[in-house]
Amino acid sequence: MESDENKSKDFKNIRGGDHSHIKGWGIDADSKNDPTYPIKKRTDEEHEGYEWERPTQQKVDVEILKSIERPNITAVFGTSVPPSGLSGAIRRKAFEKGEGSYGRWLPLILADRIGVYEGIIDDLKKGIMPNTFAERGWGAEWKYNRKNFLIKTAVGALVVAGSVAILISSNREKSYSK
Amino acid sequence: MLAMNFRGAFKVRADYDMPYPEIEHPGDAIVRVLRSCICGSDLHLYHGLVPDTRVGMTFGHEFVGEIVDIGSDVKNVKTGDKVIVPFNISCGKCVFCKQELYGNCHEANPQATAVGGIFGYSHTAGGYNGGQAEYVRVPYADVGPTVIPEWMDLDDAVLLTDIVPTGYQAAEMGGIQKGDTVVVFGAGPIGIMAAKCAWLFGAGRVIVIDELEYRLEFVKKYAQCEVYNFKSLEDPVVFIKKTTDSLGADVCIDAVGAEAAGDAMNTLLGRKLLLQGGSTTALHWAINSVKKGGIVSIVGIYGPTACLVPMGNVVNKGITIRANQAAVKRLLPRLIEHVKNGVIDPKQLITHRIPLEEVAEGYHIFSTKLDNCIKPVLIPPTANS
Repeated sequence: MESDENKSKDFKNIRGGDHSHIKGWGIDADSKNDPTYPIKKRTDEEHEGYEWERPTQQKVDVEILKSIERPNITAVFGTSVPPSGLSGAIRRKAFEKGEGSYGRWLPLILADRIGVYEGIIDDLKKGIMPNTFAERGWGAEWKYNRKNFLIKTAVGALVVAGSVAILISSNREKSYSK
Repeated sequence: MLAMNFRGAFKVRADYDMPYPEIEHPGDAIVRVLRSCICGSDLHLYHGLVPDTRVGMTFGHEFVGEIVDIGSDVKNVKTGDKVIVPFNISCGKCVFCKQELYGNCHEANPQATAVGGIFGYSHTAGGYNGGQAEYVRVPYADVGPTVIPEWMDLDDAVLLTDIVPTGYQAAEMGGIQKGDTVVVFGAGPIGIMAAKCAWLFGAGRVIVIDELEYRLEFVKKYAQCEVYNFKSLEDPVVFIKKTTDSLGADVCIDAVGAEAAGDAMNTLLGRKLLLQGGSTTALHWAINSVKKGGIVSIVGIYGPTACLVPMGNVVNKGITIRANQAAVKRLLPRLIEHVKNGVIDPKQLITHRIPLEEVAEGYHIFSTKLDNCIKPVLIPPTANS
């Protein structure tokens, strides 16, 4: 479990102070040249670094995967679905990469897909039979788009029936050829 | 309690066995949800496009409700208060919050530095359960939640959590000057609101581009703007150039984001193969339609992976790109005033009021644009108790 180390020594930003030895330092500075206005009420406090008075730290009593681009776990965080199972293992590995890396995001997408099957297994363990029709909200199709829904269903049924017929026919031919 | 439960792409259910939220931090509040919207950006989650969207999570970042419990440190709100809860979670103490960048708080999302904490928006945005539920945990309750004025309709209030501030900030980031031509790509709720708000900044002409006729009809009346269906245009960029005397629009707003239609390559790479953070068609059009030295304002949501955009044109045209999640808390006082004075009437956007028990149908209706849906609102059974 990740603990809150508050601020690791790896994170620092030494800007220096006196730049007077650099000829012309700051002579063209223009505080009006601020494309962030009015979105950002500029104070430049970030020049001080990660020095603000942090809010009280939420107790870390579930596994939280932390970005390696920050020194600590944020003061608050969500605890909705801690990583678990195979998808959790993939997520833990993904979080070893920085946020700019495909090595982080593509495995997370894979983990999400695996998580769907883990969710079905969890449902079955709890005696819940997943109801695809209801979960996909197809009742709304019946209510608002009945004609197209019936056509799509009929076409789908025909495709399935046709595929099954071809498979059966193909199997029969194979058994005759033996 | 009853809450939306995500089960995988295109699958959600109304689950009566979800755990009640608890106070997990002294700054928390528990809110009984009175209204909760499905947002267009929820559809990115619903369609499986946002990495680290875990099965079992509850979505919903647009909600209002009544505070039923507070942590020991909460002083600014009390139980019984009905509050607007901004979609972004902000501490109020970090340097970004102090600079009113409330959508970029550094103390709300351990999973990523590029995204702040957002209710019900995957673990990429902090792993918080959202408000498509009977009850929801609201961190930093002293900072974000704003008491709903007595005179305000709950349907107006719930749209002040995201849609109105995001549309307003889209126009604000456009740096619109009096007389400017503003093109808004997307006639979803955000695009509609951006078009409406463009006038508040003095636009001289507002054009909205989309492919859904019913939405174009709506925004044409609601925001008194010009509308064009890109399906009937051979090339939307050439059209914009022609209708702006070849110079291009002064300001273009991308109010579509990751699921833009209109270009096969972008759809393939961004929506089907997920090799980029969404389809960037609207952004392409915005960059290519804006004038030299113009401003492109982006409020459409994209995934965290890279996106293909015509950067050469950005450089050669000297375009300024401005983007952010809306700082709801910063904008709320002004927007409440606009609602009070009748300048903005948010609730007109609501086309569907759906019981939370029918959340799966709600998502399907919104996703497939059934029944001319513009904005669906979910109402939990406990909202009436």
